[in-house]
This record gives sequence, structure tokens and C-alpha cells, in this order.
Amino acid sequence: MQQSTGALAPRGMDLGQAVIDTDIHVNVPSENALFPYLNDHWREYLRYSAFRLPTDTAYPKNAPTSALPTTTPENGTAGSSLDLVRSQVLDAWNVEVGILNCSYAAESLHNPDTGAAMSAAVNDWLVAEWLDKEPRLRASIVVPSRVPELAAKEVDRVGGHPGFVQVYLPVVSEAPYGHRRYWPIFEAAARHDLVVSLQFGGAPGNPPTGAGWPSYYIEEYAGMSQVFMSQILNLVVEGGFDHFPNLRMAMIEGGWTWLPSLMWRIDKDWKGLRREVPWNTQTPSDYIRQRMRFSLQPLDASPDPKHMRMLIDQIGSDDVLMFSTDYPHWQFDRPEDAVPAGLSDAQRRKILSENARAFYRL
Amino acid sequence: MSRHVVCRVEELPPGERKIIEVGGRTIGVFNVDGTYYALLNRCPHRAAPLCKGPITGLVGSPEQYKFEFCRDGEILRCPWHGWEFDVTNGRSVFNPHRVRAKSYEVTVESPDGDGYGATRTIGPDDDDPTIETFPVSIEQEVVVLHLGQSRPATRPTANVEAASTPGGI
Repeated sequence: MQQSTGALAPRGMDLGQAVIDTDIHVNVPSENALFPYLNDHWREYLRYSAFRLPTDTAYPKNAPTSALPTTTPENGTAGSSLDLVRSQVLDAWNVEVGILNCSYAAESLHNPDTGAAMSAAVNDWLVAEWLDKEPRLRASIVVPSRVPELAAKEVDRVGGHPGFVQVYLPVVSEAPYGHRRYWPIFEAAARHDLVVSLQFGGAPGNPPTGAGWPSYYIEEYAGMSQVFMSQILNLVVEGGFDHFPNLRMAMIEGGWTWLPSLMWRIDKDWKGLRREVPWNTQTPSDYIRQRMRFSLQPLDASPDPKHMRMLIDQIGSDDVLMFSTDYPHWQFDRPEDAVPAGLSDAQRRKILSENARAFYRL
Repeated sequence: MSRHVVCRVEELPPGERKIIEVGGRTIGVFNVDGTYYALLNRCPHRAAPLCKGPITGLVGSPEQYKFEFCRDGEILRCPWHGWEFDVTNGRSVFNPHRVRAKSYEVTVESPDGDGYGATRTIGPDDDDPTIETFPVSIEQEVVVLHLGQSRPATRPTANVEAASTPGGI
């Protein structure tokens, strides 16, 4: 269904340089799209079972936040058309490299082997339908995160492909990702020098808040940053960054304007509680500044440039933010609002491409 | 620099501490396995009575999820927020270069010191050979606190009180 809304169609703009877009969402249009990448057993399984596509409530199809007008192709869902991604993102924003994130929700599949088979099919689909066709694109590896050993196997299977630059883990998880049960995934990422990303959403069966199931979508949507905060705290104190010296983690679509208070809080509490987690060799916020990066959108902040500068100053690093359009999600109306105003030229260059280039080794 | 006798050594056995008041300051004097140390009884964070906190050891970690309890008796935890300090030099565990408690030099003065700690041989002065005498000595080793001089090896910079890091509890 092609929507026609004219003025609100996604427009890019010339930001004065080529940019690296760290968050372009790509969606499997239907289960049929994956048939060529499944073996006979799984094709038959899909044909004769009620299973179609995994269920993920993170982006309800008709919520205005889920898809900008005109991003839905004639056949398929928003973010499923390479042509539209080319014209509405890559060309429109002068994207030098764009990273595709497919929120396939393999973690919602409680049959671990189905999860593994479908993840593998999605990755092969990404290679054949996107990466092989468009040299500006890179992608995140979809994994059955519910079973870390199977997830690691999938990372090893496709991690050598130069188009894959990171592992996709949904931020809502069965257990916090710092737990040692997830080590196989981090070990596999290390073998292929990949970034591990946590991304908005996830349907593992746990509620998306620590307070339980929300009543309304707006709570889940607006409250996702709290899940990112919980994961970041856990990842730091469990010592994964000490244990895996090359581990780099990207926080995608979780916002970042809440970082200063989180950093202040954990640094403060660590001074008295350090002996509980003695493997941490540096101040907690230093792990965040040095080892984590954050996609720019959603940008939840005051429109006053003075406040934005203050926030970045409080984070204490110009290196942590990476430009993202979050296409096809609706995070900003005017292209001018994609990047905060009032940044120095150096800060702007870092956000638009330098930080991502260094982090993903592009 | 001034010199203050804290107590006789037997009054401050290993593992114990004594908090004394000297010149308007309270100072904790610690015996760690026979060596004496002194810290200002004032946490650089919020001026809590640091020296009243539990004396414990250092929890280290050779690798993730492995705990190593070492230096038992050498770590002082502030009774308020649990910040840990090295009794032997006043340095905090979490930021040893910037956050420190003020430390002082302590010595044990042997007999023949300058009066308070002294050895006297007592006995009759005369030499009456009909009286059998034995030399007897009272050894009074004392613990002495030296104020006004930082312990040079451990405190190259001054004014620890101002070195509290931002974002305090």
C-alpha cells in the first residue's frame, strides 16, 4: 500500500559531507521471502504449521512511529524495499555507508532450532538481497539470542562476510547480556572482530519494563531507554569489558540523553560497592565512554542548542554518538532536526561519520 | 613538626587502632602486623570519622568472577559510604592518585629516647658486696606520632581534603 502524503515524505539533506548511517531498518516482507534460504525441512515446516513470521510488538504496523509516510512499498512492509532505501536514505542523505538492522525477533521463537534456522535464512537473505546488490550497505547479524551457543554458531557461519559489521541483540532479553551465559556470543564476535549491538525492542517473553507489563504501547515505546540502562549497568559490572579486551558495543535506537545521570549514578555508587565487583579495573563510566557507542536517533532533548552542548559535555566525550536516520521510523519531521544544532565543526564531523568509521572499522 | 606520644606499644596490639586527639584534630593510629600507621580521622569525601570504620582486607580479582581476599587488616572502610582506604598510605582504593586520606608518620621509639620512653637500670647505688644485686630494666617502647610532616613516600601532593572527586554521595 503506497501512502501519499506529499510534504511529510522522508527527505534527506546535504549535511556538507558524506555520512555513515548506523541505523537503517530492514524488514523481511513475508515468510515467502525466506523460502529460498531455508532447506526442505523448514520450508515444509512453515507450509504446514501456523507459523508465519515472529511476533514482535516493538513496531506495530500502523503506529505512526513505526513507518514514515511513503516508506511502505507496493508489496511488503516498510523497510523491505532496496529501491526505497536507496532513494530515501542512501541517496537522500549522501550516505557513504549504511548499516542495516533487521529486527527479526528470532528470540521470540521458543523452538531453538527454528530460531537458528530462521536467523540463518534472514542473514542469507540480507547477503543476497541487500549486501550483494548495494556496496554502500553493511548489516547486523541476526542470531537466535535465546540460545547463546546457537547464536555463536551463526556468528561464526556468516561473520567472515565483509558486509556484516555487528551482531544484533534485541535489548529486551531473557537475562541481562552481561551474564556469563552469553559469553559464547561475545567470544564469537571477538573471533570476527565484530561490534555487538543492543537494539530497540525484543520479544523474549519478558515484559519490556522492570515494573511488569505496560498497559499501552506508548509506555513500551517511550520507556525502552530504561531497558538500555539496565543492560548497560549489567554489562559494565559483570566485567565483560575486562574479560573481552576488544569488545565494542553499540546501543542502537535507545536514545542517549539519559547517559549523564546514569554515569554519575554508577560512578558514585561504585566507590562504596566496588568490592562486590572487583574485576572492574576502571571507573564504570569510562567503560561506557571507551567501549560503547550510541546511535543519534531518537534524539530526546531540548531543541535549545545550549542544552545539547551541555549534554555532550556532561557525557564527557565527543566520541560516543553516531549519526542515524532510524529509517523508516519517524523520529524527526524536518531533515534539519536530524543532527543537533550548535555543535562545533569537529563534533559534527565525528557524529556524522568519524565515530562510526573508527568504531566499525569501516 | 611536632611529636606526640600515643601510648606504650603494648597498649596498641596488632589489628587494633587508637583514636586520639592532637592539636584539635582526631587521628587514628593503627597497628598492622606490628607496623604503625596514622590517618586523619576525616574521610576526604564528606568528613566522616573515617578511622572508626571497619578494618578489612582488599577484595581483588585475578579474573572475572574470581575473588581474591588479600591484605587482610590493611584496608579501612569509611563508616558512612564504604569508600575504602589503604591504611598504610591513606590512598583510596578506587582512585588512589586523587582521593586520599591524610596520613602521618608514626615511629616506635626505643629505650633511651628523650625521656618518656626510657630504660632505667634500677638498683642500689652503692657497691655493698654483701648485698647481691641484679640489674633490672623497664623497657617502655612507645608509639610516637609525628605531625606536620607528611609521609614523603606516599603523599607527594598536598591537601587531600580538597581532592574529593565530583559526584559524591
